[in-house]
Amino acid sequence: MSGLSTRERSAGAGGRASVTPFGESGDATPTGSPGAPLPPGIDLKRLAERPVVPLRHPVRWVITAVVLVLLLNFVQTLFTNPAWEWSKVGTWLFAPAILKGLQLTLVATAISAVVSFLGGIVVALGRISGNPVLSTLSWLYIWLFRSVPLILVLIFLFNLGNLYPTIGIGVPFGPQLELPTVTVLSSLALGVIGLSLSEIAYSAEVVRSGILAVDPGQHEAAKALGIPSRRQFTRIVLPQALRSIVPAYVNQIIGLLKASSLLFYVSLLDLFGVVQNLGSTYPTDIIPLLVVATIWYLVLTSVISVVQYYIERFYARGSVRVLPATPWQRFRGGVRQLSRRPAARPHESREVV
Amino acid sequence: MSAAIEIHNATKSYGDRTVLKGVDLTLAAGTVTVILGPSGSGKSTLLRAINHLEKLDEGYVAIGGELIGVTVRGDRLKERRERDILRQRARIGFVFQNFNLFPHLTVLENVVEAPIAQGVRAADARTRALALLTRVGLADKSGAYPRQLSGGQQQRVAIARALALDPDVLLFDEPTSALDPELVGEVLQVIRTLAGSGKTLVVVTHEIGFAREVADHVVFLDEGELLEQGPPGAVLSAPRHPRTRDFLDKVLA
Repeated sequence: MSGLSTRERSAGAGGRASVTPFGESGDATPTGSPGAPLPPGIDLKRLAERPVVPLRHPVRWVITAVVLVLLLNFVQTLFTNPAWEWSKVGTWLFAPAILKGLQLTLVATAISAVVSFLGGIVVALGRISGNPVLSTLSWLYIWLFRSVPLILVLIFLFNLGNLYPTIGIGVPFGPQLELPTVTVLSSLALGVIGLSLSEIAYSAEVVRSGILAVDPGQHEAAKALGIPSRRQFTRIVLPQALRSIVPAYVNQIIGLLKASSLLFYVSLLDLFGVVQNLGSTYPTDIIPLLVVATIWYLVLTSVISVVQYYIERFYARGSVRVLPATPWQRFRGGVRQLSRRPAARPHESREVV
Repeated sequence: MSAAIEIHNATKSYGDRTVLKGVDLTLAAGTVTVILGPSGSGKSTLLRAINHLEKLDEGYVAIGGELIGVTVRGDRLKERRERDILRQRARIGFVFQNFNLFPHLTVLENVVEAPIAQGVRAADARTRALALLTRVGLADKSGAYPRQLSGGQQQRVAIARALALDPDVLLFDEPTSALDPELVGEVLQVIRTLAGSGKTLVVVTHEIGFAREVADHVVFLDEGELLEQGPPGAVLSAPRHPRTRDFLDKVLA
């Protein structure tokens, strides 16, 4: 017992001795370096009453400046380079032919988006189902249409008349109802079918991932309450799955919007098709026409993004304690704050510079 | 409304691992039974077999004389159709360890969901739901979403939800195990008020004090076998089986 305490005492003394040179070197270092003791004569208690100065990021400002200069250079060319021909952009933007192409793009995309979503739910449920025939068929469907390029699907469909001159339905080896393929399906219908066939394969996987993301406890609780199977899906599982389905599916819709430009290759005049045609008719206007197509695709995607924001917000209810403010609410809040203390903004900007 | 629960030769294995080894148990109508046992003893599996969330390999569960999840076909027991099982489950309330409230529905919508699915008129379901929420002390939270509530409040909503169809039997699967210690009391208090209400209660729990005070019958399960059962005074104070004694020593230590 006494031996132990002796050893402790000597270890303690050694420890203290080794601290001393470190402390001395610490005294010599400048006050800013980490780990250094405070220089004498500083009243820490007084400093503690003032706001802490946040860390500045000078490199960030330099990078921002460089990027802004480059961007402004490009923006300048939009005004100075006459090849943009903005007056022609203005004329073409609302030209009847363009608007007609835009309409076709919208109709084909909208119908395909709805059909693919519903079809995607069916194929996803098929893949999840315990029925081995259904799940294998669903897997094969997804495998096939994810493998074949959309343009191949479309061209195949447009040659359907060569492959199957008539379409019929009936009892196998019994009476049949047959009609010529060309009269049954218009080219728009074929286009929409082609887009949907391929899109269903992707949306099925999006829906399936959403369903898998729902806590298994939710299925159990719904079962334990004796809720009928279909209601379990529509009321409990799907609304929760949609929270993760919506962002991924909107991504798909935007892809679909642009993929609809492939309809041009099967002689349907969508927005891109019209621009392509007009470009060969008016070769001097090709740049303004491309700008017009770009503007319309930007507008459509922006509208979809805004709708997405509000749908996501709707399905987020219950998943966070308080929903964050919408951009409009934040804007109004900002305006209200500005009008309350008008001196605040100039002061802030001066401090930043 | 009350119904006796009869379990006979409940046997279940996952692969090579046998979780229930032929459990026989009869619970009188309107009583409170607490199932105790170390983790992995099969107590949750047994409870979940009562409302057929777990399918038994052999054996049956009958409530009020009606076989749950199976029917007699010739000389075999055969599983019922899903729709019939769901209808039977409506008579059996179940409260989960992790509450499993529907997070996208408000408290009131959670409670009225099952009655409306069964065809109860929305206005009637609402009136009854509000009465139940008052009973568990949460009438003022009817418009809140589950995530805006504390764990104890969520579990009380879950109990109100389980009561919404006025079931004969209420099953509790470790109802306080996911709660902070200071929230356990409010949930046990609600369960206490249900004892003697005529419903048959089965509670899997580690709350020995609750078992001693509220249970009519205590069952001790270990490694899928029913080792001991009887009134709480006997099983908890004078356990006959060494493994029961061992478990109680550990829990009460």
